[in-house]
Amino acid sequence: MLTLQHLSKSYVAGVPVLQDVNLDIAARGITAIIGPSGTGKSTLIRCINRLIEPTQGAILFDGTDVARLSGAGLRHARRHIGMVFQEYNLVERLTVMENLLSGRLGYVSAWRAWRRKFPPADIRRAFELLDVVGLTGFANQRADALSGGQRQRVGIARAVMQEPKLLLADEPTSSLDPKTSVEIMQLLADIARSREIPVLINMHDVELAKRFADRVVGMSGGRIVFDGPPGDLDDGKLKVIYGGEGWLH
Amino acid sequence: MRAATDLPAPLDNPFRSSVWPRIAGVALLVYVVWACAQMDISWARVEIGLENAAHFFSRLFPPNFTRWEILVKGLLESLQIAVLASALGIVLALPIGLCASRNLMPAWASWPARFLIVTARSFHPVIVAIVFVKAVGFGALAGVLALTVASIGFIGKLFTEAIEEISLKQVEAVRATGAPFASVLGFGVLPQVFSRFIGFATYQLDSNLRNSTMVGIVGAGGIGGTLFAAFQRFDYDFVCAILLSIIAIIMAGELMATAVRRIFIGNATFADLWRRGRAAPKLQPLQDD
Repeated sequence: MLTLQHLSKSYVAGVPVLQDVNLDIAARGITAIIGPSGTGKSTLIRCINRLIEPTQGAILFDGTDVARLSGAGLRHARRHIGMVFQEYNLVERLTVMENLLSGRLGYVSAWRAWRRKFPPADIRRAFELLDVVGLTGFANQRADALSGGQRQRVGIARAVMQEPKLLLADEPTSSLDPKTSVEIMQLLADIARSREIPVLINMHDVELAKRFADRVVGMSGGRIVFDGPPGDLDDGKLKVIYGGEGWLH
Repeated sequence: MRAATDLPAPLDNPFRSSVWPRIAGVALLVYVVWACAQMDISWARVEIGLENAAHFFSRLFPPNFTRWEILVKGLLESLQIAVLASALGIVLALPIGLCASRNLMPAWASWPARFLIVTARSFHPVIVAIVFVKAVGFGALAGVLALTVASIGFIGKLFTEAIEEISLKQVEAVRATGAPFASVLGFGVLPQVFSRFIGFATYQLDSNLRNSTMVGIVGAGGIGGTLFAAFQRFDYDFVCAILLSIIAIIMAGELMATAVRRIFIGNATFADLWRRGRAAPKLQPLQDD
């Protein structure tokens, strides 16, 4: 589904944040990327839908190299890649329904979107998804009136509205309390399994990653240093990823 | 632990007096006295002025509304100038302001737009009005064009600043859905700046209303021409009638602008404006409980 080949990124020439990352994401399952802060996890995720321009390498998604696309080609690739953000990134002054429908903007012409003339099928889908994420009745609430957990539910629903072939999540639970974090991860996992969408998640929380991921990728210094099932992630491996050992129980 | 004796001695007054502000204050006072002497402003001169003013003000009253037809015609023309210039200015300022915002636009688009805005703001509306009177001739058209230029400068600048202050995270999320640029503007940018934009626009209408009574003095249409003629013919009672009418119009405009702002600021979006007045919103089959 997604193959990263020799992906590198330097914000400043000579100081690479990502170094020669090679990764294969299967068409199913949840992959968690863990690693210390500043190791390039967010950069990696954002390179995949080109919110950040990679310096080098190929991003093969669904048979095309996203790294070489531009203009309409890039927009068409993006609409198949849903994204969930750490700070939800909802448009605060729009309603929940408008935020959900913004997931369809890649498919609807700007003229229709400005006049809020979305196809009835999209609107039906949005109401269904509101039920799925547990926000029935919130359609006309403004996004800035919601709590953090509710906002992230809207963020997930917006991404799923795109009918994505791949879901990216950049620290989706880092701004949430532990209980809400588990609920949000559960929701993401349920959606991934029931709709058969592969999910790539950046995470701070190793325990949460072990609990929900089918596969864990450990990064350190811009490189992949671990790749395997969560069961293989023992203290020795964590030491390699995060360095030191004082923090391990 | 340091001994107490090592600490600096407490100052009697923690608010240290500074010499420079005092010097500046004295210098300003000296300059004012010098300037008065230079311009021959003496008490005797002020007495003459006050006498003249008393005479003038006594001739202002009572206001004379007998030539109300000329008055109403001039006011209506001023009103038209203000409304037309505001509408035209807003329509033009939107794209120009957008182009000038450096966070959304590349340098090749933002620099020319910024230059245009700065140029539009460089001159007082009266100077611009004189230029247009020379260019297109006497009359309301020159006034409309002059105030349009002023509106572009004012709204363009504020709109640019509003766009440059938006949260790019929201824009990033809309971009990530694969939305075309126009949709990113409509869903990611406009909702964030819309209520502020309404504020600028009503303020500009208010300001244009005031300026439209003035451009007539240089022949660019509106009540200003009538006012100037009345001054020159020493029809001070008619001058008073005109001034009172202008005050009434400005106050009415102020009330209207406040009402518009109360409706919009803080809780409305472009979409709300669109939905208002449509019978049955399609997006509300659920009720909150």
